[in-house]
Amino acid sequence: MTAVDEIKIGGMGASRRRVEDNRFIRGKGNYVDDIVLPGMLHMEILRSPLAHARIKSIDASKAWAMPGVRLVLTGETMAARNLAWMPTLSYDTQAVLATDKVRFQGQEVACVIADDPYIAKDACEAIVVDYEPLPVIVNPTQSLAEGAPLIRDDKENQSNNVVYDWEVGDKDGTDRVFDQADVISKIDLHYPRSHPAPIECCGSIADFNRATSKLTVYMTTQAPHIIRAAVALVAELPEQMIRIISPDIGGGFGNKVPVYPGYVASILASILLERPVKWIEDRTGNLISTGFARDIYLHGELALRKDGRILGVRMKATADHGAFFSDAQPSKFKIGLMHSAFACYDIPNAHLEARGVYTNKAPGGVAYRCSFRVTEAMFFQERMVQAAADDLGMDQAEFRRINFVRDDDFPHRTPWGFLTDSGQYGKCLDVGLEAIGYEEFLKEKEEAAKRGRLLGIGISTMTEPLGAGNSREYDILGIKMFDSAELKIHMTGKALLRTGAKTQGQGHETTWAQIVAHELGLPAEDILVEEGDTDTAPFGMGTYASRSTPVAGAAVAMVSRKIRAKARKIAAHLLEISEEDVEWELGRFYVRSQPDRGVTIQECAMAAYSNMPDGMEPGLENVAYYDPPNLTWPFACYIVTVEVDPETGVWDVLRLVAVDDCGVRINPMIVEGQIMGGLTEAYAMANMQFITFDEHGNCIGSNFTDYLLPTAWETPGIELHEVETPCPHHPIGAKGIGECAAVGGPAAFVNAVMDALKGTGVRNIDMPVFPDRVYEALQTGQDVSGAPPVRTDET
Amino acid sequence: MIKLRFASPEMLVDINEIPDLGYHRIDADGSVHVGALCRHADLERSSLLATRQPTMAAAAPLVADPIVRNRGTLVGSLCHADPQGDWASVMVSLDGLVVAQGPRGRRTIAVKELVHGPFQTTLAYDEVVVEAIAPAPKGAPAGGYLKLERRVGDFATVGVAVSVDRTGDEVTRAGIGLTGVGGSTISADDAAQLLVGGPLTSDAIGEAAALAAQAAQPRTDHRGSASYKRHLVSVFTSRILTGLIRSQEEAA
Ligand SMILES: Cc1cc2nc3c(=O)[nH]c(=O)nc-3n(C[C@H](O)[C@H](O)[C@H](O)COP(=O)(O)OP(=O)(O)OC[C@H]3O[C@@H](n4cnc5c(N)ncnc54)[C@H](O)[C@@H]3O)c2cc1C
Repeated sequence: MTAVDEIKIGGMGASRRRVEDNRFIRGKGNYVDDIVLPGMLHMEILRSPLAHARIKSIDASKAWAMPGVRLVLTGETMAARNLAWMPTLSYDTQAVLATDKVRFQGQEVACVIADDPYIAKDACEAIVVDYEPLPVIVNPTQSLAEGAPLIRDDKENQSNNVVYDWEVGDKDGTDRVFDQADVISKIDLHYPRSHPAPIECCGSIADFNRATSKLTVYMTTQAPHIIRAAVALVAELPEQMIRIISPDIGGGFGNKVPVYPGYVASILASILLERPVKWIEDRTGNLISTGFARDIYLHGELALRKDGRILGVRMKATADHGAFFSDAQPSKFKIGLMHSAFACYDIPNAHLEARGVYTNKAPGGVAYRCSFRVTEAMFFQERMVQAAADDLGMDQAEFRRINFVRDDDFPHRTPWGFLTDSGQYGKCLDVGLEAIGYEEFLKEKEEAAKRGRLLGIGISTMTEPLGAGNSREYDILGIKMFDSAELKIHMTGKALLRTGAKTQGQGHETTWAQIVAHELGLPAEDILVEEGDTDTAPFGMGTYASRSTPVAGAAVAMVSRKIRAKARKIAAHLLEISEEDVEWELGRFYVRSQPDRGVTIQECAMAAYSNMPDGMEPGLENVAYYDPPNLTWPFACYIVTVEVDPETGVWDVLRLVAVDDCGVRINPMIVEGQIMGGLTEAYAMANMQFITFDEHGNCIGSNFTDYLLPTAWETPGIELHEVETPCPHHPIGAKGIGECAAVGGPAAFVNAVMDALKGTGVRNIDMPVFPDRVYEALQTGQDVSGAPPVRTDET
Repeated sequence: MIKLRFASPEMLVDINEIPDLGYHRIDADGSVHVGALCRHADLERSSLLATRQPTMAAAAPLVADPIVRNRGTLVGSLCHADPQGDWASVMVSLDGLVVAQGPRGRRTIAVKELVHGPFQTTLAYDEVVVEAIAPAPKGAPAGGYLKLERRVGDFATVGVAVSVDRTGDEVTRAGIGLTGVGGSTISADDAAQLLVGGPLTSDAIGEAAALAAQAAQPRTDHRGSASYKRHLVSVFTSRILTGLIRSQEEAA
């Protein structure tokens, strides 16, 4: 007998087909809206049509009188139970149902619970709300202007619209290197407001059983245990009587981390009515009220030496948070991990100032497919880098190379205090340049220019911090950011694995089994993976910020090792030798001196229930809680070539090359899927996606006709390449991959268009780089900045 | 419309089961007839249009996305009267007609007269359109459709339909329809008229493109600025017409 073949059993490195797809492609997924409970009622939300207005009165009498209406909730009902406001994940408060004012268009004003959703929706329209309109603020300039109306007049001690002022880094040291610089490169950038827009909108079914006092909530949440804690703390219900079930989730992308008013209202409604209450948000509700992403302005400066070395960075960011500061992010960092910018470059001095402001726009600031503002950080970084290379008249690839942290410089402390631990940045760049044919393209570009054609090449290289966190630095509302896994090996050698993470498309049911297979030699198909039920799963912080593999995935490896340690004792007993003489190879223990004498892991499992050694606890089950020593730092290099049509401003992607180093790949097929998905989103952000507002605060982008999701038809083909630098501290060397492409991708596209426009005087076009903005820039030779215009009467 | 609660009709009539309306055909005189249940996808894959009605053939693959094209119809699109509908400008450029039928019998309405505002038609409440017609060309039909969309399946930022019938070099009839640059589909009559009676020259094309741009009434919105949209009308008109000269030269 020999070790089992790891690829054959679906272990690490196997491109195993996703087991969850068996049900998804058959239409047998089980989403919140698929769940029907006996006696279930339906809730709809009445939203504010105005962005800023005082509520003078609410008359719900017509709604109450409609047949089939069971309950109408307003701010007053909530206030009577101390539930009109709730805490956000960032130590602010957010209205559940408005009492005093509405502060953004789409804000929740009332809820109707009825026998079916149509009655509830009709009844919402029968509620008469008398609004007194107030002046509307839709951007930071208005928000900070002298005499601007106070949005958060509900808060004591709030005299202006500033949410926070925050800074990090060495201001004086940075100022000094700027004084010594040969060249200072400056740029102003805007990362427009976008939305994660998962295909499944948010929803919940709250089911309060008066007889047992148990509250069960089926909910579209990426972090069920955090929700349980929040409900226990806010609603003052005993935690053992709260069960949060996150069934199949149709995409999250950060949108399903926060607590939304709909969840809270459905819970209260179920408690009051003692019947299950289902709330399913519609698309417009999702786009106009739930967690948006980005919406940050930046003034960036790089101090440069003539030879191309970056001496210092200054960043001044202004974040538009909407009406409530409800970002989901670690408590310590006010503007997320914005200060992870420039981590892949060796820069001695840096200073970041950030200011957050309130506006009359939806709250959120969620990390849309990124670790807390890392997307903005890396976009700003790579746009600044390209502008600096151009300002120096230096080749953009060479400029990056001479500033990279070198392979032998790890561990490396970034100027803002992060510790990067591994990478081969130069190699990744070389692989990318080779793949795209860099030198040949530059020649082709020169030739094309002679015939009036505009070709461009854009590069984006970055390392980003993933896997929040380690518990020293990362917590949400004080809860430390570790994660967990529980493994139960049944007597027949089959297993049940549960973790504190929550898959929403990442493929945990497939990959976690592969990690167990790698550690224990059990075939992956023998391992059932379950997540998302707080009554059965071990406590964990959920899935976002690419933290599943770095944290919960590590816990899966660690719990497997605990199991293996016990199995080794059982093996010694079965083989009648001492434990020191037992050797392990994948799937099997054997006698060191007699390799053909051994027992399989399955035989050990049977013995754990039928033939355990004297004095040993029966069973083969264990739990591991994993607190990572550091973040993980994958690296990526994306290169895009484009052709711009000078007559229309339309730009087409010619080629798109991706080089990702995410450490060890558990399932290469799933990794590739994550990269392709991320680049598709990156492409969309660069050229079509944004949510903006007119001067009245009307949301433009409230449906999929205005807020565009990319499809396979226009998304460019993607050429994938890989470099592997294992993570030195992760038990299986993995670094996380869920977000790299969405984070690093957008700058590559924008840089490519800017490269095509080099020499025209244009240094920046803010996203989305719509053709009309490119055309305008070409006509005027000027930058086109800020959010695109919405509506004027210009004809 | 219903989903967005812009319309709450008391009754919906499903016309899908009416037999024999799924056709499209070209008669001996060259006129194109499209039944009320003929899907966009049928027109997209039509070998008839590809060889004999180039403006329609050019537009068919640009309407909406492949999924919508499997369900939606040309006639439904005309009746929907969306200023951003692609077929309306194509039919306008072809001097197209619709045949309406009701309790009082049949009547023919020019597509230019069918629409009297955004999403509003001159159909009586008890009439349905059974057929759309592109009349017989006055010579050899040529033309094209160009559309700027932000994404496949997006409505047009700008769309331009050009159709030109020629006998020898001489343009015997021309039509230009504009999508998405006004409160309803725009027929750029002056621009089209300018082309008739002579050969297509680059001067004529330049003038026609400028007149088409003048006919547009775009507004600045999140799809682009008014001046940009106007500029695109000119570029698209000129590109389609220049393409016609080129293909004529290649054929010669
Ligand atoms: C996602 C999406 C993208 C789209 N993109 C585009 C695009 O890019 N360009 C474009 O041109 N269109 C686009 N459309 C619209 C599409 O072309 C539809 O096919 C078109 O609107 C008509 O649909 P229908 O044939 O199903 O008619 P319906 O939706 O059934 O009807 C539309 C209207 O016309 C009336 N009507 C329909 N048939 C008749 C008839 N025979 N007689 C009288 N009245 C009638 C109906 O009462 C209704 O008011 C898009 C649609 C969707 C959903």
